Amino acid sequence: MKLLVCISKAPDTTAKISFKDNNTAFNTDGVQFIINPYDEWYALVRALEIKEGLGSGTVTVINAGGPENDPIIRKALAIGADDAVRINMVETDALSIAQEIANYAREGGYDMVLTGKETIDYNGSQLSGMIAELLDWPSVSLASKMDLNGEALTIERDVQGGKEIIEASTPLVISAAKGMAEARIPNMRGIMAARTKPLTVVEPISNQVFTKVRSYSLPPEKASCKYIDAENPAELFDLLRNEAKIL
Amino acid sequence: MSVLVYINNYGGKIQKNSFEALAYGKALADKLNTNVVAAMLGPAENPSELGAYGASEVFHNPSASFADHDPGAITKALSGMIEQSGAAVVIFSHDYTGKSIAPRVAARLKAGLVTGAIALPDTSGTFSVKKAVFSGKAFADIEILSDKKVISLLPNSFEYSKGEGSATVTPVNGEAEKSTLKVKEIKKESTKLSLTEAEIVVSAGRGLKGPENWGMIEELANDLGAATACSRPVADIGWRPHHEHVGQTGIAIRPNLYFAIGISGAIQHLAGVNGSKVIVVINTDPEAPFFKAADYGIIGDAFEVVPKLVTAAKALRA
Ligand SMILES: Cc1cc2nc3c(=O)[nH]c(=O)nc-3n(C[C@H](O)[C@H](O)[C@H](O)COP(=O)(O)OP(=O)(O)OC[C@H]3O[C@@H](n4cnc5c(N)ncnc54)[C@H](O)[C@@H]3O)c2cc1C
Ligand SMILES: Nc1ncnc2c1ncn2[C@@H]1O[C@H](COP(=O)(O)O)[C@@H](O)[C@H]1O
Repeated sequence: MKLLVCISKAPDTTAKISFKDNNTAFNTDGVQFIINPYDEWYALVRALEIKEGLGSGTVTVINAGGPENDPIIRKALAIGADDAVRINMVETDALSIAQEIANYAREGGYDMVLTGKETIDYNGSQLSGMIAELLDWPSVSLASKMDLNGEALTIERDVQGGKEIIEASTPLVISAAKGMAEARIPNMRGIMAARTKPLTVVEPISNQVFTKVRSYSLPPEKASCKYIDAENPAELFDLLRNEAKIL
Repeated sequence: MSVLVYINNYGGKIQKNSFEALAYGKALADKLNTNVVAAMLGPAENPSELGAYGASEVFHNPSASFADHDPGAITKALSGMIEQSGAAVVIFSHDYTGKSIAPRVAARLKAGLVTGAIALPDTSGTFSVKKAVFSGKAFADIEILSDKKVISLLPNSFEYSKGEGSATVTPVNGEAEKSTLKVKEIKKESTKLSLTEAEIVVSAGRGLKGPENWGMIEELANDLGAATACSRPVADIGWRPHHEHVGQTGIAIRPNLYFAIGISGAIQHLAGVNGSKVIVVINTDPEAPFFKAADYGIIGDAFEVVPKLVTAAKALRA
C-alpha cells in the first residue's frame, strides 16, 4: 500500500504569538517550529504502523512550503517515513495547497492520504476534505482509530455525542485525531538514516488563491481575577448569578 | 445571490448548531438584502418549521440513503441544491459534520472557505470573516476572494431564537450516491451532555490526585447541569476518558462558565478553553498561571472547597 502523509509546520505550542507589519503577518522572530502535532503523533505514526503490519508498502510525507520547512520534513523521515516531497510554494490558503497535494497524490498512484485533524496555527480542518473532493475519493474526518484487516478498514470517527464505527476501503483520505496512535521519538539510527533519504522538491502547478488574511489581532487582556474566600466558597454562586449574570 | 445553510439532522433530529448556523445565515442574508434557504438531507419530521428560525425556503431530500453520512455523497447532493438555489454563500456549523462536509463543498465550488467563524462577515467593500487562530491565542480577519464563499460557524458563538413563520418546502429527489463507507455502529459516548455544546463545564486536573476523587467533580457538574472535562495528563494516564481532554491538542470549548479545578493553566490547556465567557479557578497554589486567565478564583484545597460548592449548588437548585 502506498501511503501519503501530509505534514504541516506549526509554531511550538508554547510560542509567544505576536504580529508584525501592521498586524498583517505572524512575527516568527524567536519562534521554534515543529511538525503539527496531529500530523506527527497520529497520521504519520499510524501510517508507519500500517506499513509495518503489512510488511510492505511505502510511507511518503508531503509538505507544501518553502525550504525553511526542510528540517521538519527531515524529522518526519527520522521518525520513519521512507521518502519526502516538498511542493515549493508559499503556504497560502488550504484550497490552493489541497489542489497541489491532490494532484501529486493522483499522479503518484497513492492508495491513502492521511492528514492531521487540523493545524494548530490556522485551525482550519480544511485540507483533508478538500483533497478528497478534488480526487473524488471518500473521506473520513476526525478518525480516532483505524485498523486494517486484509482489504477492509475499520475506522472510528468522532461525531456529535459519540463515535461512529465505519467500514471503508481504499482509496481513502483520512484525518487523524487523538487516539489513532502513540507518538514516536526518533532514535539515533532514524536520525542518521533521514539524512540520506530522498527529499524531492516539486514546483506547484497553479498559483490561484482563494482566501487571504487581512489582519490579525490579539484577544483583550482579562481584567484581574476576583478572589473568593476558600472558607466561604458559596459566595461564588452569588457572584456568578448577580454580577456575572451567568447562573 | 441567496445564502444557503446546511441543516444537520443527524439521527433524525435537527441539531442546535444548525439553528445557530441558520440564524447566522439569516443575519448575513439581511445584510446582503437577500433571503436564506435551508438545505437538509435525510428523513425529518417537519422541515417547514425551519421558517421559524429564518429560512424562507427549505430544500429537503428525505431519502434515508444518506444514513451512511458519506461526506462525498452529501457534498454531491448538496451541490445540486446550491446550484438550484443559486446561492453565493454557503454556511455550515463548524461541528463534526460541518468539518467533514464544508471543505468538500468548498473544493467542489472552487470557493474560499473560512472555518470556525465567530462573527458576521464584514461586507463593506471586501468580504472578510473573523475567526480564532493559534488555538484561540489570536484572531484573524480572513478575506474570501472567490465569487462563491463557504463559511462554517463556530458552535456557541451566535445567538438564535425561535420566531414565527414557516418555510416553503421544496422536495428534492434522488438517492445518495453509492458509497464505499458503511456506518456499522454508532456508539453513544454517554447519555451525558456533549462537551462542546455544554453551557457549563466542570474540569479537573492532576491536582485531584487520582481517578477515585472524581465523584465530587461529577456531583458538582450534575448539580449545575454541566459537562465534565479534564486536562491532558489526566486523560493520558487513564484517570478520565480521552474525549474529556480539552486544550490545544484536545477539544476546544467555549462554554459560558468553565471551572478549572486542580489544573495549573499551562498555555496548551488555556488554548482550548480561553473562549469561555467566565472562568473560575480553584487551586492550592496562588501562583498557578490559571489565575491570570480567571474571572473568579478560589485559593484553596479542592478536597475542601469542592464539597462546599456541591452543597451550595444543591441549595441553589432547591
Ligand atoms: C505539544 C503539547 C500539547 C499539549 N496539549 C495539551 C492540551 O491540549 N491540554 C492540556 O490540558 N494539556 C496539554 N499539554 C500539557 C500541558 O503542558 C500541561 O502539562 C498540562 O495541562 C498540565 O495538566 P494539569 O494542570 O492537570 O497538571 P499540573 O500541571 O500537574 O497541575 C496540577 C495543579 O493542581 C494544583 N493542585 C494540587 N493539589 C491541589 C488540590 N488539593 N486542590 C487544588 N489544586 C491542587 C497544583 O497547584 C497545580 O497547579 C500539552 C503539552 C504539550 C507539550
Ligand atoms: N502546508 C501543508 N503541507 C502539507 N500538509 C498540510 C499543510 N497544511 C496543512 N496540511 C495538512 O492538513 C491538515 C489539516 O490542515 P488545516 O486544514 O490547515 O487545518 C494538517 O493536519 C496537515 O496534515
